Amino acid sequence: MNKLRPVLFFVISLFTSLIISPANAALEIEISGGSAQQIPIAVVPFGTLPVGQSSNVAQVSNIIGADLRRSGLFRVLETGGVVNRPTDIAQVKYAEWAALQAQALVVGNIEGLPGNRLKVSFKLADVLKQTQLAGMEYNIAPNQLRMTAHKIADVIYQKLTGEAGIFASRIAYINKSKGRYTLQVADADGENPQTVVSSNEPIISPAWSPDGSKIAYVSFEKKKPIIFVQSLMTGQRLTLANFKGNNSAPAWSPDGTKLAIVLTYAANSQVYTINADGTGLKQLTKSSAIDTEPTWSPDAKWVYFSSDRGGRPQIYKVSSIGGEAQRVTFEGTGNLSPRFSPDGKLLAMIRNDGGKYRVALQDLTNGQVQLLSEGGQDESPSFAPNGRVLLYATRTGGRGALAAVSSDGRVKQRLSESGGDIREPAWGPLLN
Amino acid sequence: MTKGMLNKKLLGSLLLAVMLSACKSTPMVDKPAGVEDKSPGASSVTKPASGTADTSGVKEVVIDSHANNGNNPLKDPNNILSKRNIYFDFDSDAVKAEFRPLIEAHAKYLVANGNAKLILQGNTDERGTREYNLSLGQRRSVSVKKSFNLLGVQDKQIETVSFGEEKATANCAVETCHQANRRVDIAYENE
Repeated sequence: MNKLRPVLFFVISLFTSLIISPANAALEIEISGGSAQQIPIAVVPFGTLPVGQSSNVAQVSNIIGADLRRSGLFRVLETGGVVNRPTDIAQVKYAEWAALQAQALVVGNIEGLPGNRLKVSFKLADVLKQTQLAGMEYNIAPNQLRMTAHKIADVIYQKLTGEAGIFASRIAYINKSKGRYTLQVADADGENPQTVVSSNEPIISPAWSPDGSKIAYVSFEKKKPIIFVQSLMTGQRLTLANFKGNNSAPAWSPDGTKLAIVLTYAANSQVYTINADGTGLKQLTKSSAIDTEPTWSPDAKWVYFSSDRGGRPQIYKVSSIGGEAQRVTFEGTGNLSPRFSPDGKLLAMIRNDGGKYRVALQDLTNGQVQLLSEGGQDESPSFAPNGRVLLYATRTGGRGALAAVSSDGRVKQRLSESGGDIREPAWGPLLN
Repeated sequence: MTKGMLNKKLLGSLLLAVMLSACKSTPMVDKPAGVEDKSPGASSVTKPASGTADTSGVKEVVIDSHANNGNNPLKDPNNILSKRNIYFDFDSDAVKAEFRPLIEAHAKYLVANGNAKLILQGNTDERGTREYNLSLGQRRSVSVKKSFNLLGVQDKQIETVSFGEEKATANCAVETCHQANRRVDIAYENE
């Protein structure tokens, strides 16, 4: 496992010019827009033992608050002026929180356990009904504290919105800096970035295995594109595809046993499937055009891909066991990079409108298309595990940055690293 | 100075010398590692590098191979074989007529030198998605390869690869900048 790189810098601005910037930061998140009805919630700083715990302990409530705020669905209330800081539900004086106009309240506590473990507990209360809505306890190692805070935020989010959370997940992206290309994995809030692999030649197209244990990617380290699969825990690297010509665009099947890949050894780019151990290569598309950027439908029945067989690149689909391809998109100058929402109902893509490349979302049930981004060179859309947010690559000030947009287009975020050129984001699965 | 440092410096000088001698050689020549190249027409000018006289007792040798380019048609700036870039229109892999003489000259050279091998490196501008551009760059290199095949060059003398937009000059503000990125580069093996 690579070492942590605690060199992060956050700027969170929501409607007002509220700026929180803990020291030593490098990734900045800016948020704009938001849901019309935000839930006002107070997250009370968790109680801690007065021992020499790391300052991380004090950050748990901050991490929870920042996660909820970033979703655009919550208004996180300032609790600094409140004198009573309950750490359990029995201590809560509801009238004080009602006066702050809080509808929901989070309290919690962190205790040391024998064997260098921590017990983290929290309770979520409905301030108006004066009842407990949720409560959990976690027995963890100290280095799991940050992820535990994200898990607590997920429980709160799920309880109050009715939808699964996304905070206890990770994102992968490529950072180009000083001529080196680094594949990094960070928590969904951009914190805790860790290097998976770095090279002086380009790395593109990272793809998470469905269980989140491995990442497939394309590396030019041998002066041509080759697909590798790397285990995040062990760093073990498998050369998945190194055939004559290009090897690129890896996409995992939903069960993780196969990948769709793109090879050029016959001539132009064509889609193939290959077992996750590099055996059992089969050609899936057959055309004289470019067929690339494959992605599996969540039910594994279809592989969608982009192709210029009709002139300009458009999105097509083919049965995952082979057959005739059918065209899916018809609008715009062209459409590229198809990606399914986890429920299979939405198809995200990059739409080219007269040379402007933007993220578009097509509702597969009624065919309606919504443009979600405003950039001119937006790329690599990737759904959050709950399908509610899309992460994508954009350009700002001549450099690559990441951006996120809610699938209803209302909440937008921008993530950039000062001095870095970030691209090729991929949102990983929810961590259990 | 430690022994390790000395070795590193010596190795660096040797590598530099080998690289430079390889640069000026014709493609069929695969030189063994060494500082001196005594083959005909390879009279490299060697001289001690200035400012490197130190206490190590090792003089760095710099080989200036530019003096002899006249003997290598691939490097002679007056020879069309030194021209290596084929440019394309946006989202197109059609080889334009203006590059016909260039391709014909390289094809003639390849047919005459059966051991020569070239690598066609496809490139695109930064517009569009990285994976599609990788495919487009590949199609450009395949398109140029087909032109060579039609002129009698064998498949085994040509390898096609693509860098997509990965080697493109980024943040192009004007069309001429994009145009410069949309190209296939001809590189000879061992150059």
